[in-house]
Amino acid sequence: MAEYQNIFNRIQARGPGYPGVPLARGSWPRLGKPLHVHLAGLIGDSQVGPIYFGTVGMASVICGLIAFEIIGLNMFASVNWDPVQFVRQLPWLALEPPAPQYGLHIPPLSQGGWWLVAGFFLTASILLWWWRVYKRATALGLGTHTAWAFAAAIWLYLVLGFIRPLLVGSWSEAVPFGIFPHLDWTAAFSIRYGNLFYNPFHMLSIAFLYGSTVLFAMHAATVLATGRYGADRELEQIADRGTGFERGALFWRWCMGFNATAESIHRWAWWFAVLCPLTGGIGILLTGTVVDNWYLWGVKHDIAPTYPPVFGIVTDPAAGAGQ
Amino acid sequence: MNWGIRTTVSLLAIVAGTLLAIVILFSFERPPLQSVQRGYRGVGMQENYNPRTLEVLAVANKVPGVLPSLGTAGPKAGTVYKNVKLLGGLSVGQFTRLMASITTWVSPKQGCAYCHDTKDMASDALYTKVVARRMIQMVQHVNADWKPHVVETGVTCYTCHRGQPVPANVWFENAGPPHAHGQLETESGMGYASGPAGLTALPYDPYSPFLEKDASIRVQATTALPSGNLQTIKQTEWTYALMMNISQSLGVNCTYCHNSREFGDWKQSTPQRTTAWHGIRMTRDLNNGFMTPLTGTFPPARLGPQGDVAKINCATCHQGVYKPLFGVSMVKTFPELRSVAP
Repeated sequence: MAEYQNIFNRIQARGPGYPGVPLARGSWPRLGKPLHVHLAGLIGDSQVGPIYFGTVGMASVICGLIAFEIIGLNMFASVNWDPVQFVRQLPWLALEPPAPQYGLHIPPLSQGGWWLVAGFFLTASILLWWWRVYKRATALGLGTHTAWAFAAAIWLYLVLGFIRPLLVGSWSEAVPFGIFPHLDWTAAFSIRYGNLFYNPFHMLSIAFLYGSTVLFAMHAATVLATGRYGADRELEQIADRGTGFERGALFWRWCMGFNATAESIHRWAWWFAVLCPLTGGIGILLTGTVVDNWYLWGVKHDIAPTYPPVFGIVTDPAAGAGQ
Repeated sequence: MNWGIRTTVSLLAIVAGTLLAIVILFSFERPPLQSVQRGYRGVGMQENYNPRTLEVLAVANKVPGVLPSLGTAGPKAGTVYKNVKLLGGLSVGQFTRLMASITTWVSPKQGCAYCHDTKDMASDALYTKVVARRMIQMVQHVNADWKPHVVETGVTCYTCHRGQPVPANVWFENAGPPHAHGQLETESGMGYASGPAGLTALPYDPYSPFLEKDASIRVQATTALPSGNLQTIKQTEWTYALMMNISQSLGVNCTYCHNSREFGDWKQSTPQRTTAWHGIRMTRDLNNGFMTPLTGTFPPARLGPQGDVAKINCATCHQGVYKPLFGVSMVKTFPELRSVAP
């Protein structure tokens, strides 16, 4: 079938650029003339712009830039302003939180103070961006689902960098800025607190993460596969479903006895995505505050099996001698 | 698609493909990989080997020939030679055999003159002779007093030196790469590609706190619920760096010693963990008891950038192998190296 007969197609229609619905009074103007870019059209809409900045958006970008600069300049200083080393070592460079002895006090700038300042501006930037997402949705008369999904991610971010450090009384417990450093931190976090894989909220988070990818693939595949019957054109499907939609539904009923509907699949996807950071955040929040060793917690609650000892009896050589 | 865009897209594809190929070539090991199961089935406690790298290691760890024993009969070295402080009780035959062996183990190219003033072999004028005497004592101390780590296999000069006056694997205090100062963040001990910790961003000097000083290695809580373990995530990163270093020094993975589902639990660990526990303490003992006191004996050129002496870590002996020299005992025919000289 020729591609243009399907509403879901890759053909780039070039009309006059659409600037968007009229804005409410008091809004900033949208910036930039609509522009058609072929490469953008290969992966999305070929129309780029105009963009709405607004006060909140500008404030968010400025705060984000300040955080980016603080992190970047501290990293640059850590290689003695050597641009070659900066590029070479960039994935390893870090801006570390204060040392444990500072607790929740404000340390000197050079002793982790910059981490606090960068964290403040990054958090301000993210929260302002949330407000922008919320405002842009209401300005278009949309629901605020995107904003609340984003809020779920912000919850996990705040737990890791702010709420949990507050609860355990030390900024040093927070995540460093840096590409490999934050990954090493993650591994160290799991080791210190006795293997995060035994944390049931971590398990839930992983289930929702992988579940999200499965649902995404199932939904996207169904829509693409039924496009040849014009399922995407069945706008009247609430009153009278067409053969494309029915085939999609039938396919899943045949495969697994049950199918989501065109509406409910999006609730499935939204909740799976949102529950991933929500449960993950709960798991992090309980670590070191309520539970100190998740493996031993798992043993206590019979979720960690025991295996026959194959190496004989190995005992702690320091037992009885202190450390 | 017009011609320009086709070219752009194909150029981008070529660049991306080349980058991907480079990443794959330099990040992954070429097969075959062999795995040896050690733990109970299903727990993933296995060692991975590549026969290609094993071959290289086997060649590098070939043990040199041993001179024949010359018997204990005859006059004692202490009466025949002057200034023999340590090995005077040996027969002249034993003594010269050991001296000749040390030359092949430590300074085969430089010969006797590396330590001795050839005009006056008894002279202590060369610093290398003073160091060598102390190193003989260290070997005796290791073989006699650190059996929990070296068992009956023991060590000789060759275990570390491998025919080089300075062993290939030693460590100095590392202040890290040059760092700008002022109001910006100061050194945190990490945040660079760390050679000692398997090129992670973990601490780049895991030796000073653990193999010289006596910092606490244990970080994991030993109770399910909080009961006063104040070890921090930062401290965990230091322990993590030390463990990565042990792993790469021995050419083994974490599960050689640990069941990785609960690193801290001894009951689920292998006996090698006990050996390693003693090894960490042995290294600390040797660095503090033998190496650091020699700081003033070495010329400045032999000291590290911080003015400290070369020190020992796991790789000094192990050199990428789980047992140095694949467990071949070279000390068997050198009983004089197995006990501390009176």
